[in-house]
Amino acid sequence: MTNLRIERLCKTFGTFTALDDVSLEIPTGKFVCLLGPSGCGKTTLLRVIAGLEAPSGGRIFVNGEDQTRMPTHRRDMGMVFQSLALFPHLDVAGNITYPLAIRGADRASRAARAEELLELVRLPGMGARRIDQLSGGQRQRVAIARGLAIDPKVFLLDEPLSALDAGLREHMQIELRQIQQSLGVTTIVVTHDQKEALTMADLVIVMKDGVIQQAGAPMEIYRNPANAFVAGFIGTTNLLPCAIHDGTIEVLGARLPITEGDRIGVDHGAVQLSVRPEHIGIVPTGKGAIEAEVTFVRDLGESRHVLLQASGQEIIAQLTPETQASYRPGDRVSLDFRPGERVVVT
Amino acid sequence: MRATPGWVGLWPALMLAIFFLVPFGIMLAVSVSHRDPAGAFIPGFELTHYARFLSAFFAKVMAVSVGVSVAAAAICVVLAFPFTVFLASMSHRTQTVALVVLLSVLSLSEVIIGFSLSTLLSKTAGISNLFYWLGLIAEPRAYTPSLFALVTGLCYIGFPFAVLVLYPPVSRLDPEIVEAARVMGASASRAFFGVVVPNLRGAIVGAFILVFVFTLGSYLLPQLLGRSEDWTLSVHITDQAIYQTNLPFAAAMSIFLMLVALALVGLASLAGRQRRAA
Repeated sequence: MTNLRIERLCKTFGTFTALDDVSLEIPTGKFVCLLGPSGCGKTTLLRVIAGLEAPSGGRIFVNGEDQTRMPTHRRDMGMVFQSLALFPHLDVAGNITYPLAIRGADRASRAARAEELLELVRLPGMGARRIDQLSGGQRQRVAIARGLAIDPKVFLLDEPLSALDAGLREHMQIELRQIQQSLGVTTIVVTHDQKEALTMADLVIVMKDGVIQQAGAPMEIYRNPANAFVAGFIGTTNLLPCAIHDGTIEVLGARLPITEGDRIGVDHGAVQLSVRPEHIGIVPTGKGAIEAEVTFVRDLGESRHVLLQASGQEIIAQLTPETQASYRPGDRVSLDFRPGERVVVT
Repeated sequence: MRATPGWVGLWPALMLAIFFLVPFGIMLAVSVSHRDPAGAFIPGFELTHYARFLSAFFAKVMAVSVGVSVAAAAICVVLAFPFTVFLASMSHRTQTVALVVLLSVLSLSEVIIGFSLSTLLSKTAGISNLFYWLGLIAEPRAYTPSLFALVTGLCYIGFPFAVLVLYPPVSRLDPEIVEAARVMGASASRAFFGVVVPNLRGAIVGAFILVFVFTLGSYLLPQLLGRSEDWTLSVHITDQAIYQTNLPFAAAMSIFLMLVALALVGLASLAGRQRRAA
């Protein structure tokens, strides 16, 4: 069932177009990440869905009901803000049950619900704490609990984890995903962190300049990017100018036969070949298709990145830990682009 | 860097003693000395001046003083608070212009404000002529001297102070907490009274106290804009000290006024604190 449907949504601020003809459908219970660089319109889209911004055009349907003109406070949404926006004048329980108090729930049911939600976010018994007595991670959890207090129709989060340090952020990503799965609530998270999106989402929506570039499952987007922007934004990739001729990809002076699994999105005009670093094999010189020279070796612990130069193009290749060979700047090597993992995009 | 040595703290303490405690001590001594109708006073100890104050007439004067100041402070805060919230949401440029205009109002003296208002509210040249011209009233009338004119004048003086006290905390308030309240189901007015006001309670109480204390000491505007029954205690103190040459009585009234002001300020700040703890 479709929970949220957005039809041809536009939003302009003066001469700036924040959203340009955005349409999408989100099925009930999905975890969606809006992903893109800053200024791509992802936060604006979230705010329009919440009703905090009025769209310049287009319509929003929630459970089949047109909510385009509905005031924010009647939409029954849950939201976690970037600043978290916890109320300093209320304690933890007061914050969590604020949406219930607004809806006239009595004291006893509010207290029970607060404890239930605190269990859910693993802060049992913390209801009487003041907000300024909490750590960053605890505040995060309180904000999530508050957003979920009314069983929202859609749960919206605007860069919710950006203030946390790296370790805690990864932990919270997993926890947020687990909470969402246990409740089955349709969730939309805005993020600029592609790892975060890949960790949590059922559906990743990549945006740029107010336009949806691609929407799909994380691995689908990773393996089959719709264009060069998506290929470069999701994970690391090598984008190399190429041409398609008679069943071959012409790249860096070599002709690679197209094999099953290679994804040729376009075959004319200025096209680029996207090859992930982990799909580049380094072989002794003369044994592979493309000759290259090592310029730098970057040891990352769990893997090694080898930076190479081939026909004036910079290329990154990733070595698996079991690779015994060691390379040094100046070494001459040959490269193989793994068949079936080559993507041609504009 | 070395820590500031403790004896530096003696300097403000010394200044406070010389310029505040000593004059206060003199005033206290004067208030219990004997009045000399020919000159100022003869040192001594008597409580006749305090006794004289405890009369129905001065009780009423005290009530008028406190009432007028409380009214002015309340009106100022009620006007200044939404104004400041609105101002804080404007562009930086607009905010700067508005604050500069407000500050320039502070440079006007009480005398100028008093005379301007009494002209504006007069029968011959005042605003009632405009109402008459518009057909709202049958004939021009004077709105001054009156309690209304007095409170208007005090509000005119108090408003910029209220805004200046409210502005820093209001502009620091996270605008997302209002949006959060809205998303969670609060109407605009409910978000304002349920989230914005409670979070700025301290600032609101502070603005109220400042305007209250400030207007309590006003002795020019009541004479310019008020009727004689609207004269506040400050006017009577001026009258006793300067025109009746009764310094002891003026000093006694000053001490009363100060005690009442302190009590009210204490009450107000206590109310502000208790609500926050709740």
